[in-house]
Amino acid sequence: MSRMLQLKLRIWRQGGPASRGSFLDVDAHDIPTDASFLEMLDIVNERLLEDGIEPVVFAHDCREGICGTCGLMINGRAHGPELGTATCQLHMRKFKDGDEIVIEPFRAAAFPVVRDLMVDRRAFDRIIEAGGYISAPTGTAPDANEILIPKDVADFSMDAAQCIGCGACVAACPNSAAQLFTAAKLGHLNVLPQGQPERWRRTEAMVETMEQYFGSCTNHGECHTACPKEISLDFIALLNRDYIKAKTKNRRLASQA
Amino acid sequence: MTADRVPPLHKVKKALPWPLSLYQTAIGKKYVMAITGIGLLGFVIVHMIGNLHLYEGPSQVNEYAESLRDLGGHLVPRTLILWIMRIGLMLMFVFHIHSAYSLKEMSRKSSENAGFMSGAKRYASKQDFVAASYASRTMRWTGPIVGLYVLFHLADLTWGWWLGDGYIRGDVYNNVVMSLSSLPVMLIYIVANIALAVHIYHGAWSMFQTLGVTNPHTKKLRRSFAVIVASLVCAGNLSFPIMVQAGVISNDSNNTNSVNTSEHSTADIDADNA
Repeated sequence: MSRMLQLKLRIWRQGGPASRGSFLDVDAHDIPTDASFLEMLDIVNERLLEDGIEPVVFAHDCREGICGTCGLMINGRAHGPELGTATCQLHMRKFKDGDEIVIEPFRAAAFPVVRDLMVDRRAFDRIIEAGGYISAPTGTAPDANEILIPKDVADFSMDAAQCIGCGACVAACPNSAAQLFTAAKLGHLNVLPQGQPERWRRTEAMVETMEQYFGSCTNHGECHTACPKEISLDFIALLNRDYIKAKTKNRRLASQA
Repeated sequence: MTADRVPPLHKVKKALPWPLSLYQTAIGKKYVMAITGIGLLGFVIVHMIGNLHLYEGPSQVNEYAESLRDLGGHLVPRTLILWIMRIGLMLMFVFHIHSAYSLKEMSRKSSENAGFMSGAKRYASKQDFVAASYASRTMRWTGPIVGLYVLFHLADLTWGWWLGDGYIRGDVYNNVVMSLSSLPVMLIYIVANIALAVHIYHGAWSMFQTLGVTNPHTKKLRRSFAVIVASLVCAGNLSFPIMVQAGVISNDSNNTNSVNTSEHSTADIDADNA
């Protein structure tokens, strides 16, 4: 049975990257507990429209937690209070009647606000461009077990490959560091045989691109808690180790790979 | 679309020759911070253990201090090894502080217009920080506190700036008792050493992560390691001011260098030190 919630919302409104923003206070009445957080915003926007107020801009796409488009700071937590959940998969039943909910965009200097709650995360694209790929021709889907990869390694790689690039790690980080994102994107390639040829070049290029945009990691662990895919801090340790190896080893020897 | 790109926030500097170029990168700085942190932590532990000689009485602790000057025996000039260690320590301090400061600046610039204050980015909402511990969030406060305290400590016991005639070079025991029997000084030592322990609690855990020394076996031990090191250092270092105040470590009649016994009204447990 769906109950109805009476909520007080404080929503960040900002006209564009250069303009100053401010909070809009909205009384959201009769919000069904079955609604997702984004559906709640849809309802609020419909009502704002009826009142002749411009609806709140927020980014969203698949609404099933796999695309990484949505992302809001909800009461100071990226993607809200539920662990391992993207904003779109957060449901209003996690909130209590009468709650005040503060909704802000993901903040970082490299993530300028496009409008209201939508931010520009193209700095992540620069990191991927720098090395988040393999150059080996992959052809069609290979037969199973054609390349022997231990189960543990495949699992570890998949744990990193879950990253949807939503930016919650940067948003949650008190340093605005993108270590978890970069570590995940490096990790899922660097531990597999297919990722070996570019391993050191990739690590160097992606980390150095990251450092042009983002802050410096101080191992708070906030990113892991915010991550909708719960990516482990172990990948950050792997990034640190691979980076120093990339900087110190003789890369002309295949035996050093 | 190229023109619409978000511009890089941090300029790439011209690369210096190889080993120096490592220090130009943020991860390289983090390595330097972790490695100098290990060195400084080693010093802190050895310093604390060495100070335990205070409990053996004046002659033992003064002999210990003297033997630090004599390290290497007759093989090297006197105090040479001590000075090598001192210069090493100073360099470690300089690099630890410089790397910390420049990485903080990098984080601050990366959080511009995003509410960066007192060393961390914050949101408007009251609820914040989930995983970040009190220690990790206050590194940028406990660090400067410990740094200032080190200067105070040097002025107090190495240079004897304000102990006046009571300060006797080489008589460690007398100087420690003189200094720590003053209540404000004791409070400074206590506050600073708690800050140091909090700093170590995060640092001794964080260094494994930074150096990438982690695997499923050692991962579970990192936190316990940090807790044990931080609490041992804290317990040892706090015991000195407390025990001086309690009169367990005191300038009593058996100390020939004793200058000023009137200050030590609490020194009624003379028998303990006899």
